[in-house]
Amino acid sequence: MIPEIGHFALILALILALVQGILPLIGAATNQANFMAVARPAAQGQFVFVAIAFACLAYAFLANDFSVKYVATNSNSLLPAQYRFSAVWGGHEGSILLWTLTLSVWTLLVTLFSRHLPQAMAARVLGVMGLISIGFLLFTLMVSNPFERLLPAALEGRDLNPLLQDPGMVIHPPILYIGYVGFSVAFAFALAALMGGRLDAAWARWSRPWTTAAWVFLTLGIALGSGWAYYELGWGGWWFWDPVENASFLPWLVGTALIHSLAVTEKRGTFKSWTVLLAIAAFSLSLLGTFLVRSGVLTSVHAFATDPKRGVFILIFLTIVIGASLLLFAWRAPKVGLGGKFALISRETFLLANNVLLLVATGAVLLGTLYPLFIDALDLGKISVGPPYFDAVFLPLMAPAIFLMGIGPFARWKEQSLPELAKRLKWAFGVALLSALLMPLTLGKWTPLISFGLLLAFWVIATGVYGVWSRLSQTPGTMMSRIAKQSPSWWGMQVAHLGIAIFIIGVTLVKGYETERDVRMALGSAVAVHPYSFTFRGAKPQAGPNYQAWVGTVEVFKNDKLVATLHPEKRNYFSTGMAMTEAAIDTGITRDLYVALGEPLENGAWSVRVYHKPFVDWIWGGCVLMALGGLLAISDRRYRLHQRSANASPTLTVESQA
Amino acid sequence: MKPRHKKLLWVLGSLSLLGVATWLVLNALDKNLNYFYSPTQVANHEAPSNRSFRLGGLVVDGSLKRQTDGLTVEFVVTDTASNIPVRYKGILPDLFKEGKSVVAQGKLGADGHFVADQVLAKHDENYMPPEAAKALEDARKINANAGKAPQP
Repeated sequence: MIPEIGHFALILALILALVQGILPLIGAATNQANFMAVARPAAQGQFVFVAIAFACLAYAFLANDFSVKYVATNSNSLLPAQYRFSAVWGGHEGSILLWTLTLSVWTLLVTLFSRHLPQAMAARVLGVMGLISIGFLLFTLMVSNPFERLLPAALEGRDLNPLLQDPGMVIHPPILYIGYVGFSVAFAFALAALMGGRLDAAWARWSRPWTTAAWVFLTLGIALGSGWAYYELGWGGWWFWDPVENASFLPWLVGTALIHSLAVTEKRGTFKSWTVLLAIAAFSLSLLGTFLVRSGVLTSVHAFATDPKRGVFILIFLTIVIGASLLLFAWRAPKVGLGGKFALISRETFLLANNVLLLVATGAVLLGTLYPLFIDALDLGKISVGPPYFDAVFLPLMAPAIFLMGIGPFARWKEQSLPELAKRLKWAFGVALLSALLMPLTLGKWTPLISFGLLLAFWVIATGVYGVWSRLSQTPGTMMSRIAKQSPSWWGMQVAHLGIAIFIIGVTLVKGYETERDVRMALGSAVAVHPYSFTFRGAKPQAGPNYQAWVGTVEVFKNDKLVATLHPEKRNYFSTGMAMTEAAIDTGITRDLYVALGEPLENGAWSVRVYHKPFVDWIWGGCVLMALGGLLAISDRRYRLHQRSANASPTLTVESQA
Repeated sequence: MKPRHKKLLWVLGSLSLLGVATWLVLNALDKNLNYFYSPTQVANHEAPSNRSFRLGGLVVDGSLKRQTDGLTVEFVVTDTASNIPVRYKGILPDLFKEGKSVVAQGKLGADGHFVADQVLAKHDENYMPPEAAKALEDARKINANAGKAPQP
């Protein structure tokens, strides 16, 4: 009964989505207030019904209703309750439903925080989001119904993939989806502005906090996924350039470009067409990512052939979204106008360069991700693109972007003298260069690559510190009031840029100084990983709720002092017979000690992975700082001012002399 | 600077960036494309001898042997038509099992062994790596053409 209620709720949600997607757009085009007024209640009602559907599916999981096919394939009665709940999005159908729910939550938020928008603008934004929702609800109901019954009902479920039975997996997909789907708001704002023909600074200001919020969640979602891979896959890598990872990274790159481009549009009224294109691209890549990961096309393009309905639907949907928005762009953008002019050396130029580099990097990653699929689809053979490709392409493109990141915040809008810039930043560069050259010597070996990585990081930090210092010293008052006088969005930028620097330090040091040893360890034997010594104390059997495990004990000594006792596990899950490695990690600010069990050998010996990972946690720490910077930026009061004043385009009064 | 010159500078700048990016991409692709070969293709000497490639198929039952160091393993990969011995030093992934599918990346050794530097794990035991699936499918066709009974 409950699954049928869920199914019915989805149908009602679709009807409301149709209302929300069609009437307000007609109303906005023909200027009929009563049509536009439908948008908010329709969107709110749609949220209620999608939430009911989601709750019904969650209930089916928690109640072990194996008469529902999706539950039977993704859950098991022995599965602990929290994983039965996260199993809701453990498979294809449920994750598409989670996507739809996330979209309806974002839409609900737009209905609540759009009171200050002109009615036509709000109606168009909600209308576009309704259209997207129609696509996803149709997809769910037609080819991906999570409520489909299994007759006769299964006695026991096939179980959730053991890799997904982990706290990280409980929160990673929702956070990532909030990020993905959040770009639909930026997309809807861009399309709404195109339809209304009003692509101005006010539009950019409305759109900015939403875009930044989506970017914050996407950043956290990617970091969570990377952290999960690090401790759960059991071999200590934190990024593999796997297509699934790239699928989430592509919208992040474009989203980062979009945030910066929106800043220019808001402050200077320039880059308008470019910003719109980026908003379209960010959301299209989010869609592409969702489908790449969830359609099975990555494991084989021929997965499409086994379930052609889904594949065809996805292709048509992508084509409509991208095609229609580009058509609208081509039709409307020529009327947009160019906005303020700027000189060759100016903040606009630096931000444009940042955008171009980010987009070229996006293109290179996209190519490496999709190329094997194309080759396979054309039956030209099977190939794979190795991670070194991505390193070799991505790093040279990002290095100049990072370098410009240090300079950009010092450049003036419109025009900047290059000698003056060099004069202001020469000390920051000197300090960064010197410490980057010397620091590797204190850590052990010196290589050009380590020094270069550190140079980029220290450059960002040095320019950031100098920027903060010179801004604060020009503000009168006590230290506290000086800090408080700067806008939160300016602090947000500084914190996010610092996050990039911390991230680079983490990547550089872990790549440069990590030790990975795969060894055979007999009972009581020790292996040295400078400056630590790992001693194996054997492995004992232990029963878990739905698995049987071997739990090892490894003692770690430094200078003959015990620093950590680690318990890595090897689990065997009953329902699937799948083996799983659970690494044991001792986390520290300057290093992780990482131990994972391999296979049992003779006489109680095991093969063991013993890793020393210096500064690896800085990678995720950097991501958290970036997200924190984004949050600070959103908290800026000017986004919440009730503005009639926002309708006036700021700073467009002075025409450039160039 | 005249606007015309400025425009020219922009165009030149973008073009050179695009050129550098294209060069990077092509160069990196050329070095890092891993082609896939089935055991039959390797047995017919179609696989390159000096460059890394991927080999996929099923692990032959009972073929897994561990050397005394506990880390070096040898096993045989088959597509049911041909068998190729594989050597790998390291810890095998969780889902490695005799009789199950596997994909290994590495080079052909002088003694005819395929020396793997990576054995790929996938996330689900029912999932067959597409390369391995294709190798079995191709071999089934070869067997059928040769008039043998098709393999199950």
